[in-house]
Amino acid sequence: MKVSAYTDAPARRFHVGERVRVKRSFPPGHRRTPYYIRGKQGVVERVCGTFLNPEELAYGFDGKPERVLYRVRFGQKEVWPDYAGPERDWIEVEIYEHWLEKA
Amino acid sequence: MSHDHDHPHDKAHGRDFDEGPPSEYEIMSRAMQELLEAKGVITAEQIRRRMEQFEQDFPERGAKVIAHAWADTEFRKRLLEDGKAACAEFGLDLEADRLIAVENTPQVHNVIVCTLCSCYPRALLGMPPTWYKSENYRKRVVREPRAVLREFGTVIPDDVAVRVHDSNADMRYVVVPMRPAGTEGWSEEKLASLITRDSLVGVTVPSA
Repeated sequence: MKVSAYTDAPARRFHVGERVRVKRSFPPGHRRTPYYIRGKQGVVERVCGTFLNPEELAYGFDGKPERVLYRVRFGQKEVWPDYAGPERDWIEVEIYEHWLEKA
Repeated sequence: MSHDHDHPHDKAHGRDFDEGPPSEYEIMSRAMQELLEAKGVITAEQIRRRMEQFEQDFPERGAKVIAHAWADTEFRKRLLEDGKAACAEFGLDLEADRLIAVENTPQVHNVIVCTLCSCYPRALLGMPPTWYKSENYRKRVVREPRAVLREFGTVIPDDVAVRVHDSNADMRYVVVPMRPAGTEGWSEEKLASLITRDSLVGVTVPSA
């Protein structure tokens, strides 16, 4: 078996370089989308693959269907309007597809 | 033991051992270990050995991989392309860790955090340091990374972009620092001696 950091994600909704927005949603339960990034717009940096859904695994379910995981790049000024550093600083966060929408 | 202050935000990962009564998670973890030992599934010696690996063997792996990446440009490219595959080629089984290596350049400095808990590439770097698990680091390095880096003694000039990576889901990260000037012709072993754990998380930069 090929050893890789990535898994295949053939049926995915977003491509690298695409502008996306993280849903501004606050459901209860175990969520892997940090609060500070909800509602923010960024650009897909890479596709990590498909993974069992940790929001289901956390409660003993099987985590299926698997979800596509992306790394999304956000400008720090977008995330923190009062960000004190240079314009070019950015932050990258892993976001599951069901948390993303087209920007 | 005195315990005169509250820890309203303490969760499983955020507290020091031996400080106050054990948390619910520590009690569960201990009970699970005792059950597994009693049923003969694992032995205390196996657990001790594993902890020793986390503390002694695994941290050395990170420096060895990065020294090899400094010495071998083609390997560095493969490491940046697919961290887990490159480590496997180097003879390191990263187990469940899906590794992404991010490269410091004269234009970009990288720093790693897990804001949600304390995700860390343990099979490459061993146990995360206490500060990595602290709420202070996790909350502030995403919001004011340059100020946090200054507290580690690392000043990033304004013309170098700071790139923060939140290790919040399934991937794990390691920083590939820039090879210090004046190390031309050094052996990988000597190069590895410059590479500290903190530089692989991105809060410091190695120097010769």
